Amino acid sequence: MSGAEKIAVKVTDIVPLNELVTRFKFARVDGGRLPTFSGGAHTVVEMRDGDITRLNPYSLMSDPMDQSAYTISVRRDDEGRGGSLFMHQRVKVGDEMTISYPVNLFSLDLRAKKHLFLAGGIGITPFLAQIKQLERFNGNWELHYACRTESLGSYVDELTNHHPNETHIYYDDQNDKIDLVNLLDGQPLGTHVYVCGPKGMIEWVRGTATAEGWPREAVHYEEFLAPQPGKPFEVKLAVSNKVIQVGETESLLEAIERAGVDAPYLCRGGACGQCETRVIDYTGNFIHRDHWLDDDEHANGEKIMPCVSRFEGKTLVLDR
Amino acid sequence: MTIQFNDETFRDDYSFFNSDRAIKRFPFPFHEDSYMYSVNMEQHRGGPVDSVYEKRFDVDEHYVAEMRDRAMVLADDPLRCQSLPHMTLAGWDLLELIMVSKSEDYPDLFELHRDGNNWRWVNKPLGIDDSFVFLDETTLPYGPMEYITRQAQGDFCVLDQRDDNLWMDAGMVTTQADWSLDFDIGMNFFEWHAPVPLAHEKGIFVRALKFLLNIQQGAPARRLNWTMTVNPLLDTSPENYHKWGIQKTTLTPENIGAKQHLRVELQTFFRLPRSNALVFPIRCYLCSFQDLMTAPKWGRRLHRVIRDLPEELATYKGFIDNRPMMLDYLSKFDDGLPTSDGIWPDLETEPALKT
Amino acid sequence: MSKFTFPQSIRSRPVYGTLEQRDGAAHLLIADAEGAEAILDVATPAMMAKAHIVYIPKGAAFEDKLRGLNAASFYAGPSYGAAEQRIHKALADAKMGLQVYLAGTEGLMGQAQNAAMQAGIPHTAIQTEHRGSTARRIQCVHCKGITEDVETDPFVCAHCGLNLFVRDHYSRRLAAYQGVCIDAEDPGNVPEPKGIYE
Repeated sequence: MSGAEKIAVKVTDIVPLNELVTRFKFARVDGGRLPTFSGGAHTVVEMRDGDITRLNPYSLMSDPMDQSAYTISVRRDDEGRGGSLFMHQRVKVGDEMTISYPVNLFSLDLRAKKHLFLAGGIGITPFLAQIKQLERFNGNWELHYACRTESLGSYVDELTNHHPNETHIYYDDQNDKIDLVNLLDGQPLGTHVYVCGPKGMIEWVRGTATAEGWPREAVHYEEFLAPQPGKPFEVKLAVSNKVIQVGETESLLEAIERAGVDAPYLCRGGACGQCETRVIDYTGNFIHRDHWLDDDEHANGEKIMPCVSRFEGKTLVLDR
Repeated sequence: MTIQFNDETFRDDYSFFNSDRAIKRFPFPFHEDSYMYSVNMEQHRGGPVDSVYEKRFDVDEHYVAEMRDRAMVLADDPLRCQSLPHMTLAGWDLLELIMVSKSEDYPDLFELHRDGNNWRWVNKPLGIDDSFVFLDETTLPYGPMEYITRQAQGDFCVLDQRDDNLWMDAGMVTTQADWSLDFDIGMNFFEWHAPVPLAHEKGIFVRALKFLLNIQQGAPARRLNWTMTVNPLLDTSPENYHKWGIQKTTLTPENIGAKQHLRVELQTFFRLPRSNALVFPIRCYLCSFQDLMTAPKWGRRLHRVIRDLPEELATYKGFIDNRPMMLDYLSKFDDGLPTSDGIWPDLETEPALKT
Repeated sequence: MSKFTFPQSIRSRPVYGTLEQRDGAAHLLIADAEGAEAILDVATPAMMAKAHIVYIPKGAAFEDKLRGLNAASFYAGPSYGAAEQRIHKALADAKMGLQVYLAGTEGLMGQAQNAAMQAGIPHTAIQTEHRGSTARRIQCVHCKGITEDVETDPFVCAHCGLNLFVRDHYSRRLAAYQGVCIDAEDPGNVPEPKGIYE
């Protein structure tokens, strides 16, 4: 079996937060306790949509010590492949779903003398759990959270009410911008910075931190890539001897799974490396979108990460 | 079943012994007639009834005596148990894992009663009945890792996960195969394995690390490792090597069957939930050559493995000087017959030794 | 020539590089003896304007040249022990972006690296360049005592008197190599000491 262990849950609460973001709460079907987790962990939610199964990762935002329920927040993506639309439009309170055990690819460095959190939009969710974890142990933290507008500022009120001194909010439409160089300058030795948000924000923070002389190990980031739709393509799976079609709105990994072939995975967002697959033969172009393979590997056509990457061309043969 | 705990020692008069039951369930580490390093990991989800794989943390007849020995080692040298400051949360995770597992797997021996964070832990074999507040260090006599690992057989390494590596940042290490926690604490996976010969070149550690980094909550893994020890000495530490090293020279053809022990480590790996650390319990099992020879399959196989082992490994495992004497002894138990696959003794099906 | 090429070794043994100037809010440079030459090689006026140099001459004659770099702060002292409180203060006051440069003997670099790590800088971000003596700082695994400036293998532990062989296994936390009893299995049979790299 691939992926983390599974948990059968039912949806116990659905709260629309604003025009884009809705919060979902899950409890175990059998009434038992959910596993505790570490702040920054995600769960992979299985969505059964007719004969299509989508598995999307979402950061756990509830208190890691609370074993009665997990909560996630889902941002609606009208351009996406339909996972977030399914959650928003089809999932109802009382539905039974399957989620994975927590997996953490964005954990706190517990040695840090201070944790500096930088969030963009829905990227706030892993920090909500990390803040609860740090508060439990009197951790030293500070949050800088950029949102598009006041009405799209999910959890801004909760954060500013509970943590007025640690929380700093920036609204794009009011021309607020995080003064990053000044913020990084003057942080005490042993500070770690964490960024979760859009790709551009992550690159900006990583680049600025490097230029300011911050060590690589003190800069943490998480960007879940949702698989993007694309042109359909055909793939031959050499080990299982199958030819499969990858549809416009499904990922290569999902198409492999739909064909009944067990393929390893964890994050399904191009970060963890578990689904790395060897390319045996190809004629055409890869559309690599992962963070796992390096530039050379993206160029040499020997490997692909089927959770987020696609292919355009005549032949693709995979070692799967 | 209720376990009869041995009254025995792992030092001085070495009164340690294995019952027939303990010999039958000994984790013989060779699944074929030869040995080379491999990333021989498998899921740790039970195993044959009464085997050492059956429970998450195996408790056997040596439990009480091993815990007594550990207390003596710690009284002599408290540096055998250390935890860097950021590892306290992982210590609580470990305490919870062991208490929950043992109370579920051995309800006649251990009880855990939880009311929110108010916990009561009953350890009948050791006569402990403590109430404490989970996550409050002031309510326990030791730090959480030390408290629970004074009550759990085997060594425990608690590994922090960061920068795509594992870091040996806490541990309780008193039954080790000649390595020092005090020296290695703070090292990463490649550094603490640095002295191991051959395996780096074979890429073993790169693959092993990749596997370990991806161990997830609820999905523990395990493997076996082994070495040799003269006398049933649990604490073969580098710290005391100048005291116990000389014992390796006391083997004679007459006493080797009783004195020479195969030392097997059942290594397991669990992801810890709150800290995202990984705990690496290393449980040590000892069995004398003469007890191993009661299983004809093990006699045949051990001879072949020791005979064909590369010299670097025999040197690293510390028995190169004694290998000729071991082979003289073991060859008498190898009649050249084939052996069945796998580690189990297969007492019913394997033929008796041809004499 | 004070540069030495160490033989290839195991993964725990430190590997030293060549100092290079990096961007950062401030620069802390710590060196002993011939390590001064590595600082002289890397120093620029812009870097020195926000630099703090801590130097332990150990009889070498580079102090005046180093002083001539006009670092914002310069200290020369008799030993690492004497300089230690100053180093800890500098690290405690420092902010993220501080660049640390270490040069000289393994013992000096190891101890200063340890201080910087305690302050929160990952060891991979601390630059090192070996110069001068190849003597080692070694911890006796038996008595835990550290013997400084060991040049031969085997050697006698300065604390407990055991005959120890020198391993390449190295602990950053202790800033020391490991020494292990050489005649445990054959008491009294101690080979003639020779240079560690002979």
